[in-house]
Amino acid sequence: MNDPVDVLIIGAGASGAAVAWSLAETKMHILCMEQGGWMMPSEYPSTGRDWEARFYGDYSPSPNIRARPEDYPINDDNSPIKVVNFNGVGGSTIMYTAHFPRLHPSDFHVRTLDGVADDWPIDYDALAPFFAENDRMMGVSGLAGDPAFPPTEPPMPPLPLGRSGALLGKAMNKLGWHWWPSDTTVATTDYEGRARCINLGHCTPACAQGAKASTDITYWPVALRAGVELRTHCRVREITTNEHGMASGVVYYDKDGVEQFQPAEVVIIACNGIGTPRLLLNSVSGRFPNGLANSSGLVGKNLMFHPYAQVYGYVEEPTDSNRAPPTCLWSKEFYETDTSRGFVRGYAIQFGRGIGPVVEAVMSEGKGILPWGADHHRVFRKLNGHRLTASAICEDLPEEHNRVTLDPVLKDSHGIPAPRVDYTISANSAKMMEHGIARGKEILAAAGATDICINCPIPYGGWHLLGTARMGADPARSVVNEWGRSHDVKNLFIVDGSVFVTSGGVNPTSTIQAIALYVADQMKRRLADLFD
Amino acid sequence: MSAENILSTRQRGDLRVIAAMMIPESAEYRVPGADDAAIQADILATLGRDAAQVSEALDHLARLAGAPLAELDTAGHEVVAKKFRATGGAAAATLIRVVLQCYYRDDRVLRSLGLELRPPFPKGYTLEQGDWSLLEPVKARPSMWRRAP
Repeated sequence: MNDPVDVLIIGAGASGAAVAWSLAETKMHILCMEQGGWMMPSEYPSTGRDWEARFYGDYSPSPNIRARPEDYPINDDNSPIKVVNFNGVGGSTIMYTAHFPRLHPSDFHVRTLDGVADDWPIDYDALAPFFAENDRMMGVSGLAGDPAFPPTEPPMPPLPLGRSGALLGKAMNKLGWHWWPSDTTVATTDYEGRARCINLGHCTPACAQGAKASTDITYWPVALRAGVELRTHCRVREITTNEHGMASGVVYYDKDGVEQFQPAEVVIIACNGIGTPRLLLNSVSGRFPNGLANSSGLVGKNLMFHPYAQVYGYVEEPTDSNRAPPTCLWSKEFYETDTSRGFVRGYAIQFGRGIGPVVEAVMSEGKGILPWGADHHRVFRKLNGHRLTASAICEDLPEEHNRVTLDPVLKDSHGIPAPRVDYTISANSAKMMEHGIARGKEILAAAGATDICINCPIPYGGWHLLGTARMGADPARSVVNEWGRSHDVKNLFIVDGSVFVTSGGVNPTSTIQAIALYVADQMKRRLADLFD
Repeated sequence: MSAENILSTRQRGDLRVIAAMMIPESAEYRVPGADDAAIQADILATLGRDAAQVSEALDHLARLAGAPLAELDTAGHEVVAKKFRATGGAAAATLIRVVLQCYYRDDRVLRSLGLELRPPFPKGYTLEQGDWSLLEPVKARPSMWRRAP
């Protein structure tokens, strides 16, 4: 048996890295287990001539397509939005667009403000210092002064507008709508040992330059220097409990596939909104027959994605195409509730600069705008390098029938039951998406774009995995309390997107990490009576 | 098993023909067709995990054509292509994507498009700043975020 540790963190992604780094100052014995390994930037797709093709293979965002040894399968057949993620040290920060907005203050009070869902038990002000701390650790580039958000101080200047940003900015000005350069975790200056962005363009499937922040190059090096132990290629099967109903450790498979037991005084789960309920539901015992921390019955329920309503078109002017980070601007014009629109809550618009030639050809052929035959060449030259994109990232509200359960048949390579996702897009979300498509068309028309295409939803757009172990003060209506501790198991914490009460209408990684730092801070403040 | 062995001679022949139907040679743009020997060799050499679906797509194509594609005339090609795209499902989409991803990384094609013959890393690209004065009207807007209680 392994020696016991004080704190065992499961998952080395966005939240696991942040909580490990924050707790390191306690000098406790902290161990993190990660089912994947360390990434090798020299092997990232943008280092080879097949850089675009690998997006359809070993660097697909879908674990079902990618099927690396560290991936686990997900049955998402009964969902119009497919789960995308990445497994390895850094988790899905290896494979994300680095778009880094924060949830808005209003997002924490949706019941009070709009009469829907539930208020969070914490608010923006409680997280504000941790947002700022996380911005420093991840290295955020952005521009202070956005009128659509409380004041922030990004440590680096924003990415250039480029051709695409300028075209979109002009269009938004014509319409009189809000826009602003996005906060991103792409370094625009040399920053804490990271080299500045050189516009490889292919940011999402990992950055060979190291300019895009992923936690393997931000939090982890610092956490390891501070004494945290990170054990890779270890897949946790279940969390065990003792006679007192406390977590006692985990059963896991080591890099050789050998079953092991790791005892721990405290267990922190950081496995995302799919992996966390999967682990809890797999951790059954006589005392917890419906899964661990599940007395509320809400583990796995209230799954929220952000349904993406995407519109793109083609302008005569050349755009930045694949020669720049893919995101450049956001708009919060339609973020806050306006009931005259026919739905509650709202969405941010995320603007895209363009894509590379292979993806352009594949997508355009699939949409039927790139013909076969002699005219193929002329049309392709009209499309390639001329694309602009507007994507409405719509707030999904929690609904219990949207859920993660264990698939009765599907298992991972270790024989552990795999997750199954059942999800439908709500009427409110559908109306919001329709609104977003209409506004996106207006924006592209103002930019002079033609050949308009729509993805509604983006099928492989389930990046944001939220709500499946929600936070709350009432143990009957939530899985963890207001500082991330399980209501049922007092030495078990959750710090990933599972704890979101509502989803907001922005990419969640910044908020996920701020929550992880907040929970760590709460733990440090309560070390003497952590389990009371 | 290599990709050459996964695909039969008939399948490889049909692959060449349908690739040319998708993207024919163009003297105007000075590019080869997707049936070019080097591009076909790239496709076969890098089929990898797509081999089974491409093989399935080619079997479907053979059923639709009823004969080697090369034996059909232009009108026959058009009929088969239309049916193939309409009924081929994920396998047909994979075949089409495999052809496109190899075609649009060929040196001659990239040169014709004015693109550099290299991966993005390590040289990267230059991104112009753009006109930041465009942001002035937005900066002048009053604060618009919704205050929470």
